[in-house]
Amino acid sequence: MGLEILKPGLSTTVQDLGRPGYYHLGIPESGGMDKSSLAAANLLVGNPEGAAVLEAVFLGPEIRFDRDAVVAVSGAHLPPKVDGVEQPSWTSFAVKSGQTLSFGFLKSGARAYIAVAGGVDVPLVLGSRSTYPLGALGGFEGRALKAGDRVKIGTQSRDAKPGRSVPAKLRIEGSGTTELRVLPGLYWHRLTEEAGKTFFEDVWKVAPEADRIGYRFRGGRALSFAPRKQPFGAGSDPSNIVDSCYPYGSIQVPGGTEPIVLHHDAVSGGGYFMLGTVISADMDLIGQLQPHQPTRFVKVDMETALKARAERKAAAGRLKESLS
Amino acid sequence: MEPRYSFGGDDHIFVEVDEEMSLDAFFKSLSMTNSVRESRIKGVTEICPANASYQIRFDPDLISPSDMLAELKRLESAATKGDHTLATRIFEVPVYYNDPWTHETLMRFRERHQEPTGTDLEYAARINGYASVPDFIKAHSGAPWFVSMVGFVAGLPFLYQMVEREKQIEAPKYLRPRTDTPKLTVGHGGCFGCIYSVRGAGGYQLFGVTPMPIYDPNQQVSYLREFMILFKPGDIVKFKPVDRDGYDAAIELVNAGRFEPTMRSVAFSLDEFRASPAATNKKLLGALYGA
Repeated sequence: MGLEILKPGLSTTVQDLGRPGYYHLGIPESGGMDKSSLAAANLLVGNPEGAAVLEAVFLGPEIRFDRDAVVAVSGAHLPPKVDGVEQPSWTSFAVKSGQTLSFGFLKSGARAYIAVAGGVDVPLVLGSRSTYPLGALGGFEGRALKAGDRVKIGTQSRDAKPGRSVPAKLRIEGSGTTELRVLPGLYWHRLTEEAGKTFFEDVWKVAPEADRIGYRFRGGRALSFAPRKQPFGAGSDPSNIVDSCYPYGSIQVPGGTEPIVLHHDAVSGGGYFMLGTVISADMDLIGQLQPHQPTRFVKVDMETALKARAERKAAAGRLKESLS
Repeated sequence: MEPRYSFGGDDHIFVEVDEEMSLDAFFKSLSMTNSVRESRIKGVTEICPANASYQIRFDPDLISPSDMLAELKRLESAATKGDHTLATRIFEVPVYYNDPWTHETLMRFRERHQEPTGTDLEYAARINGYASVPDFIKAHSGAPWFVSMVGFVAGLPFLYQMVEREKQIEAPKYLRPRTDTPKLTVGHGGCFGCIYSVRGAGGYQLFGVTPMPIYDPNQQVSYLREFMILFKPGDIVKFKPVDRDGYDAAIELVNAGRFEPTMRSVAFSLDEFRASPAATNKKLLGALYGA
């Protein structure tokens, strides 16, 4: 078998690198919110970087192993323990059959990635093992794990060994005020000039309503809208549009008050205007934001977005090289 | 109707075909996304038609955003010369209007509604100028609807009724969204109908429920074995009112694995529809019911 879930944590789901290709039917890509950390955890235990892992948010699960395994935990600083003995993060360690993996309190970040050599073995659904709970699709029975679940683990590679570690300078760990870079666009023209300024000037805070679908922010000044006669089918509120698709990372502001950044479990469309999109290089960062964390949105252009994407790709390459 | 292009970050292009909803805008969005699919542009990962807009996702490591934009604009000029016809499917969807389950839900969330004393059907009938709920149901289930978008959540069809604009049913969303909606509820918000494919939050007016599964992630339902989602953009839906007995009989068939939707392949011509919506709809219903 593999893992017996003794306590599930707050919300622990099976995730891999996601399920692209079905967004036009309302099925979001899902997958780890912090894909760099997910890939690192896998590489540490000798898995392909896109193998399925457990994503735990804020509070770690408690898991009994019924076979010997090699495990690594990356992402949020959620200290792993084996039979109560603390283990280093970003480093592979051994768990013996009968031992229990548990976690200390969260020190930083939001989501920890727990990779087990061999990968979490749940059925592939539409090409991915990721969980999409809203659609009861994929992962372990389409839902977050519960106490008593028994989760299978695949066959580990000969490459799996304890003591492998990501060098400190290559670890991704956030702190302080986070900056999310935004390319303005989509329905940006719906805002007044004033609102277009204050959105980027204000410090926002992550709201408690922040999950895999989207992160909500509050605390900035309300945004005002350029006057227009609402088009047929758009609805009466000035923040309404004729229901459209929502890009991943797009920022909608219903009623002009609280921005919501959509993430990998996004609702695929709806009737709220969007003022722009968080650039692809900063999507992982969002997955590690805690509620109340101060956040600023920073306006960038396409050139900056593409450069940031290339830098992120280079960093992932260096991390991979350090573990090969 | 001049399309407006915008980048959604470094890996999406968003195209607003028109600010307002119309069958023309939807048709253009659908034909544009069909051309993108057929042209197999390298690096494209998602092709999403919506009501009056569409969205492409791509891998900027394989095709630069500016090249992707140029490709879409090139395809647009080709698509506008299209012949405005569509080979598609028409489905009959049975609806138990004013059923006890959506009724329970809409009463539970009454303080979030524009009209706390009535039901959603009574409210929608009144603001759309119908003398009674039965008259409203007759209009709702009379003319067919286009599936103008699939999304929000897995398999949820947005529906746009195939009637002249002055006959379009319009209703605002709830003042504050509900935290619960029964699965397979038939709803309406703005100018769009919908069928809630999964249980969950929602803001549309609640009119009734269909016994006909439209999304099955376990792929046990006979007609969802090949793919878990029934509808795709461009499908046509005709609602058929059923009473409690009709609903129960259908549910029994669903549970026994013997329910089969009434469905026919049809050809739709936008030009024909523009000339006479009533004649086009009559022809479509003739195809559906074998008249």
